[in-house]
Amino acid sequence: MELFARAALHLTLLLVFAPLLSGVIARTKALFAGRTGAPLLQPYFDLARLLRKESVFSRTTTWVFLAGPVAGVAVPVLAALLMPFGALPAPFAFTGDLLLFVYLFGVARFFTVAAALDTGSSFEGMGGAREVTFACLAEPTVLFCLIVLARIADSLSLSALLGPHLAAAWRTPAGLSLGLVVVCLLVVLLVENSRIPFDDPNTHLELTMVHEVMVLDHSGPPFALVLYGAALKLMVLGAPIVRLLLPVATGHWAGDALLFLAGMLLLAVLIGIVESVIARLRLVRIPQVLIGTTLLSGFALVLVLR
Amino acid sequence: MSPLHAAIPVANGGALPLADLPLLGRGHFTGALLAEVAEGARVAALFATPGGRDLELYAVLARDGRGDLAVLRTEIAEGFPALAARCPELQLFEREIAEQYGCTPGGHPWFKPVRFHRSWRTGRDAWGRGAARPRPAVQEFYRVTGDEVHEVAVGPVHAGVIEPGHFRFQCHGEQVMHLEIALGYQHRDVERLLLGGPHPATPHQVETVAGDTSVGHASAWAHLCEALGGAEVPPRGAVLRLAALELERLANHVGDIGALANDVGFLPVAAFCGRLRGDYLNATAVLCGNRFGRGLIRPGGVSADLADEQAAALRERLAPVARDTRGALELFFDTPSVLARLEGTGHVAAADAAAVGLVGVAGRACGLKRDARAHYPLGAYRAAGVEPAVKWGGDVYARAAVRREEVAVSLALVDQALAGLPPGPVRTASGALRPHALAVALVEGWRGEIVHVALTDAAGRFARYKIVDPSFRNWTGLALALRGEQISDFPLCNKSFNLSYCGFDL
Repeated sequence: MELFARAALHLTLLLVFAPLLSGVIARTKALFAGRTGAPLLQPYFDLARLLRKESVFSRTTTWVFLAGPVAGVAVPVLAALLMPFGALPAPFAFTGDLLLFVYLFGVARFFTVAAALDTGSSFEGMGGAREVTFACLAEPTVLFCLIVLARIADSLSLSALLGPHLAAAWRTPAGLSLGLVVVCLLVVLLVENSRIPFDDPNTHLELTMVHEVMVLDHSGPPFALVLYGAALKLMVLGAPIVRLLLPVATGHWAGDALLFLAGMLLLAVLIGIVESVIARLRLVRIPQVLIGTTLLSGFALVLVLR
Repeated sequence: MSPLHAAIPVANGGALPLADLPLLGRGHFTGALLAEVAEGARVAALFATPGGRDLELYAVLARDGRGDLAVLRTEIAEGFPALAARCPELQLFEREIAEQYGCTPGGHPWFKPVRFHRSWRTGRDAWGRGAARPRPAVQEFYRVTGDEVHEVAVGPVHAGVIEPGHFRFQCHGEQVMHLEIALGYQHRDVERLLLGGPHPATPHQVETVAGDTSVGHASAWAHLCEALGGAEVPPRGAVLRLAALELERLANHVGDIGALANDVGFLPVAAFCGRLRGDYLNATAVLCGNRFGRGLIRPGGVSADLADEQAAALRERLAPVARDTRGALELFFDTPSVLARLEGTGHVAAADAAAVGLVGVAGRACGLKRDARAHYPLGAYRAAGVEPAVKWGGDVYARAAVRREEVAVSLALVDQALAGLPPGPVRTASGALRPHALAVALVEGWRGEIVHVALTDAAGRFARYKIVDPSFRNWTGLALALRGEQISDFPLCNKSFNLSYCGFDL
């Protein structure tokens, strides 16, 4: 019963509040641009609008085309069950769940890329190639970061990795490694969620897109799933960063949930600021940055292995 | 007569009786043209018109160093030997003549249609296409073959709301090996609509050759009418024209910087420049009631006067806009992540730029000192002493930097114009056009050099009207800029040129 309640709380937080983060990012960017911006709840209105729309399917597409958006929503939901949200422990935890967490997103990526290739469009093929290239380069960073956390926590489960010991760990020499891990995970968060400086979620220029170009052919409810899946992914991947930076517990589940949400909103504001003050990188520079973060995370590992 | 003296000089904004223009033999014409080009002249326009045995061919040469223009004339029959291989800047002009009159330039190295329209002479198509209107981009594209080579086709329908054009990339992974651009979707046959004119519709047609260059094209047309009609624009009218042309430059340059910022994902400048562009358009509306300057420039002067109090109020209104513009440009050019994105992207070598005859912002960014305001000043520009803003990089950064410098110059010019409006009328009557004459006008629009040439018949009506929009030359530059570039940088390169589709399609 307790497991059921924990899972329900976890999923409620995720499913209800995820689109709000996109609204906060958009509002932050609007303020930097000197505009009022769309309402904070605009992402919800957008989803409602898309759900009422009709879908258009190209004659060249098959069921694979729909598998992309479905996997895009299903995977973050499953992954969320392994990820602690702030001080709220994950509903499921077992040794080695961190690998399942990482490769669940690999499955989502496979289906998104397969759906893009299913359209037969040269743009979407290009986007798929870029997405997979960047994901390959981001993967070592993620794994190094998780190994660092595993070494500090002496465990191989996400709930233990991001457990209450982190508050004390920051004050030990391992704190330096934790700092590097936060930086690396923040870069991975921006890459994985196709944010500036790695990708521009708002661009209309199909030749420069990475993620957006893969979903150009989706419309109506499947496109709503794509947007919703992207919002969920942002929240699930942002959760470890929030936990690392706010390793405190209030002692009550409601307080923990509020603290976690506050942390997520601050992270959204931070993303909005990053997107406002720097320009996009040239596409050829992105692999260089990702190799740089791999080295950084490797260095973090060296520090905790001393 | 030596080849260098065969060309008959004519001042910019001047006219010349056709009788003074000798009909050179083909060999003589070629020799004279190539000799002039070797001496540093550029071909501002090359066009044909029915006459002589079949067609007469006119070349207008721009001699930047001497500040004058020169005209050559010859006649051609069914086919004519192409000069494109020896003088690459002629390649599009020769294809254009072939498409219009159905005659074949022999030995042309890149003989493809330009705008995909029917020949002006029924039944004489240079490519043997049928009687139906040819469809744009239906042609053999240059293809690179190989295992890992792929072709990307973009347009004519784009993801943003922009003009239609078709772009065919030959790519190896992310790298572009070749880009071919096919336009013509917006062909309206403007040059033939103007024949027999000026008609009541002529000013409106000229203003919409390229809608964002209304003032530029209307100015070139008005200069032709004044040259042929013997009118002298009163000083106040000339200064108001300068103000309108510079406001058009400001609106577009500032808008372009904003668009570049948007393309690199740098939001603050994109948002500021979008607003500032509107301020400059609104300032133009104060001059004539239209944000794009439509209806302002008319032969003999301008259609509406700006009272001295209005001028003072406008000047006051523009002061904070100018300050904000400087601030937005500073932020753009002081942000390292923006510069990293612009520098070295979309490079065009100076030699290539000169060979294909780039003009305007794109040409000056490659170190080509070409600015009609400096070399061939007309009206109030004679006293303005504009210096061309030249950069050497040839990349997106250089094109942005040229715009930045020109924004500063234009702000000063507008301010001077509004502060010192000479007294008197703004327009004088422009008489009937002189018969059997040729007139030519070069105006530096915001994109670059706009060339209008008119030939009149016995009744003083337009027998041929030739328009060369800067986009006509510069699209080739965009294709060159993409060689060896990342395909993801195409939108940024495209924006840095920001060429007109309809100005090319006519």
